[in-house]
Amino acid sequence: MSNVDVVVTGLGATTPLGGDVASTWDAMLAGRSGVGHLTQEWAQQLTVRIGAQLKVDPSEVIERVRMRRLDRSEAIALIAAKQAWADSGLAEADLDKERLAVSFGSGIGGATTLLDQDDLLEASGQRKVSPHTVPMLMPNGPAAWVGIELQARAGVHAMASACATGAEAMSLGLDIIRSGRADVVVAGGTEAVMHPLPYAGFANMRAMSTRNDEPEKASRPWDKGRDGFVFGEGAGAIVLERADHAKARGARVYARLAGAGITSDGFDIVQPDPECKGGIRAMTKAIRDAGLTGADIAHVNAHATSTPAGDMGEIIGIKAAIGTHPVITSTKSMSGHLLGAAGALESIATILAIRDSVVPPTINLDDPDDKLDLDVAAHKARQLHIPAAMNNSFGFGGHNVALVFTRV
Amino acid sequence: MATRAEILAGLAEILEEVAGVNPDDVSEEKSFTDDLDVDSLSMVEVVVAAEEKFGVKIPDNEVQNLKTVGDAVSYIEANH
Repeated sequence: MSNVDVVVTGLGATTPLGGDVASTWDAMLAGRSGVGHLTQEWAQQLTVRIGAQLKVDPSEVIERVRMRRLDRSEAIALIAAKQAWADSGLAEADLDKERLAVSFGSGIGGATTLLDQDDLLEASGQRKVSPHTVPMLMPNGPAAWVGIELQARAGVHAMASACATGAEAMSLGLDIIRSGRADVVVAGGTEAVMHPLPYAGFANMRAMSTRNDEPEKASRPWDKGRDGFVFGEGAGAIVLERADHAKARGARVYARLAGAGITSDGFDIVQPDPECKGGIRAMTKAIRDAGLTGADIAHVNAHATSTPAGDMGEIIGIKAAIGTHPVITSTKSMSGHLLGAAGALESIATILAIRDSVVPPTINLDDPDDKLDLDVAAHKARQLHIPAAMNNSFGFGGHNVALVFTRV
Repeated sequence: MATRAEILAGLAEILEEVAGVNPDDVSEEKSFTDDLDVDSLSMVEVVVAAEEKFGVKIPDNEVQNLKTVGDAVSYIEANH
């Protein structure tokens, strides 16, 4: 437990449910799905032809010439970060930019740029490859662009921990402020790799749902009929700020990022530990870091991606680390799985759940797994006073990140 | 053979596409970097697009001599 309080003062997102936080949150509370058919030519020959694509294309927000220099994952990171920045009111606050850092990651990075430019190289030779290729595909590109946009000068960090990336970005942001290296950190995750190659790769792992005829029903965490995750794209950003700094400028505060726990499984490159041992340790660390006990956690926004193997291990973990009392949900049932952005979007959902005293629903939980013995906000949003809540994220490679947010 | 005016118009089109330069701002005396704000990476794109459009080779060691739009027009006029 640290004696430096860190609070959330800004939120931004562009997701399959909406082009900003308000529309995304409205869609979640209404139980709407962001999953649909893929109409792209390339998708028609694949075994998986559904996905959760952005509701608002970045080209509608960022001007054409700028888009030429940005990978899609960079463009949406910028959109989310700028929203969060505007939301925080820091633009008018005369912040010392040497006290502003960025912590922004991606699970896969600029793979679309890499693949498209390789097509050009193969077809037409070196001369046709864009001179913007390297800054577009480098995995630190999204963080770097956000840093340039906001003139952050306390360090720009880009982590990669697969589907735990967005949450790890929050955890690093918390560390940076606690250590005194910055007063404000813009933290987030981004992912945009709607391309046949990652689709083929995930599909051949048998990790994705093939419910091609009913896309809106494909993401169904904890349901007996779940058959894999739904590939999604999007970005989420959160402004983290030292509490006294936020207070001094009279900022609106959403919640407190009270604790984080990171562990690794040391077990398998893709399979989660079936007993969720690493997840349990992450959740336990996060609760302790927040100075709380399991009894304090009223709600968990679970990682639950709708895969047969992953969903139930986390249930074991939540019971072991927290108990049987929290009301849990998986917003991936609506947003799909945003991979490196998942932890960022789901942190936002957790924060807004605390603010609005409501747990967003898990849709499609029509026939719960026999081993599901926790209280899920199935089908409909549930009113709940939430003093403290947890967001879990787990990633390929055995990355486990748990975050605890509390009400202020 | 394209006239100077045609080459200028073609370059203006490329500059708009690649760097977002307003075609009305493009004239022969303008410097790519100082007046039209074309950075080094975008200049590479302009050169590649111009080579294609005008069927001309612009070697890298020539590019540094093309300071103004007029320099580029003259080079293309003499070599295409």
